[in-house]
Amino acid sequence: MAASAPAATVGAAAVWGQLMRQRRGLLGLAMIVVLALVAILAPWLAPHDPFSTSRNAFLPPGSAGHLLGTDHLGRDVLSGVIYGSRVSLIVGLAAAFTATVIGILVGAVSGFFGGLVDEILMRITELFQIIPRFVLALIVVAFFGSGLFNLILVIGILSWPQTARLVRSQFLRHRTLPYVDAARVLGMRPVRIIFREILPNVLAPVIVVASLDIAQAILLEASLGFFGLGDPNLRSWGGMLNTAQGYVQRAWWMSVFPGVAISLAVLGFNLFGDGLNDATDPRLRSGS
Amino acid sequence: MSAGRGTKALGAYALERLVNAVPLVLGVIVVNFLLISLAPGDPVTALIGEFPAPPEYVERVRAQYGLDQSVPERLVRYLGSVVRGDLGFSFANRQPVLDLVVQRLGRTMLLMLTTVVLATFVGVVLGVWAARRPNSAVDGGATGFALAGYSIPEFWLGQILILVFAVWLGWLPAGGFRSIRAEYVGLDAVWDQARHMILPVLALSFRYMAITTRLTRASLLEVMNADYILAARARGLSERRVLWEHGLRAAALPIITVIGYNFSFIVAGSALVETVFGWPGVGRLMYDSIFTRDYPVLLGILLLVSITVILVNLVTDIAYALADPRVRY
Repeated sequence: MAASAPAATVGAAAVWGQLMRQRRGLLGLAMIVVLALVAILAPWLAPHDPFSTSRNAFLPPGSAGHLLGTDHLGRDVLSGVIYGSRVSLIVGLAAAFTATVIGILVGAVSGFFGGLVDEILMRITELFQIIPRFVLALIVVAFFGSGLFNLILVIGILSWPQTARLVRSQFLRHRTLPYVDAARVLGMRPVRIIFREILPNVLAPVIVVASLDIAQAILLEASLGFFGLGDPNLRSWGGMLNTAQGYVQRAWWMSVFPGVAISLAVLGFNLFGDGLNDATDPRLRSGS
Repeated sequence: MSAGRGTKALGAYALERLVNAVPLVLGVIVVNFLLISLAPGDPVTALIGEFPAPPEYVERVRAQYGLDQSVPERLVRYLGSVVRGDLGFSFANRQPVLDLVVQRLGRTMLLMLTTVVLATFVGVVLGVWAARRPNSAVDGGATGFALAGYSIPEFWLGQILILVFAVWLGWLPAGGFRSIRAEYVGLDAVWDQARHMILPVLALSFRYMAITTRLTRASLLEVMNADYILAARARGLSERRVLWEHGLRAAALPIITVIGYNFSFIVAGSALVETVFGWPGVGRLMYDSIFTRDYPVLLGILLLVSITVILVNLVTDIAYALADPRVRY
């Protein structure tokens, strides 16, 4: 089965130009920028300390000083949503980065060397695709602790197979091309050929997958948080939905706003990845 | 190729795939076992409670469950019993793990299979509709729906559905497997069950409807430019027939693949959705078992779910081979 293999060699400037012409990718980028700004400026944007409780429990949205209302402990929902963006963004970026690094290493070694190494690595990749990611993440986080670092590590370690397969298929194609032969004849070491010669040429589709990985990592973190397995010391969107579950009938705003925030953050990265994919795919470049 | 030979070859192919799956299943068991063995925390503590117990008693419980042996010894013993179909005994539920997980898996499969059928049907119809008029308002709507569906977490969607249809409109139950206050029989019981399934299935299918819509649209658009489609049009076939008979047949292949691929994700989704709706399936069991540190149950769930995923992939691969005469197995 052929993996979808977008263009290998597309200049960054050309991709940027294509992306700018795409409304969807641009919209995604704008959403990501807003998310990042909210996360960075959280202490100045949030009207309250997201943890400070008060006697004003279950205030509906629009109440004085609490634009999105308060939860069962009187905590400000808006401030929680604002601070929650930090957890989502950090986990999303760091986990996707971890997954991309592992995926590139496994895929490059597998595709470049082939043979038995490839066989073994691909079997391991298959194993990671078969084991239900969420179930395993849940168990690991429940047993080893749900600190931010653990969340990042677990989500990263469980998310690399797609990148590995993509990188492998690209390396399989590139390793027989004349420029790689030339590098070999020049006596370059494999490590150098892999990272300096081939990798830059196959990076475009990897970046597309990475940005979709960020979206998936944000969703996975929120899912773990919803199961009560987020970082207990941080306000996260998933964690807020976990508390909201007990009060769906009484305080709809406790569910609605954190969920909208998750959906928008994930949508932003999905739109961006989608736009990037179209921008790097030569088949789609002319025309629409 | 005669039909008889085809069936035989397909059987051999299925057998080969099954044999190939064995090391995969073994790998799943070993990885899971090691992971859980490495985890900090003592299951004996969870079993007898935190309060101080006489050391002799602790040792007795430890020996009773074989927890006094080394990790490799336990792994070998566990593998041996799994081969005999014995997944151990649930500490917390005082029931054999296999019975427990199989019973719960049945209820989860009810949700999952309904989801797969509904999502595939709606997704294909929407995708075809969108592909018929590329860049129209319908197409834009379908594409937008696909992107939204791909971004909304199913557990949150579940909460919103409860809010709208159970709390505000009062049309459907907010959760549970069936009504416990009334005893229904016959058709009433079926209807009662169905009413409890509507919201969880909707919450769970949204994402897969979106994925299928997107995929159907994309593969149809690609196929519809092929020469044989042009030929079919040139022969004067109606656009409807060209689309549904010629186009969709080719577009069906990626759709079949994605059903298998999605299955392991639907497992995750159903665990979350079951928690939202209080559906007594495997997801809820998992949630409870994590907090009681019921290792055999967790291992059993991971194992059976992994096997289910492998089998579903096998079935979709066979369906793929049947649908595409070019695939040789």
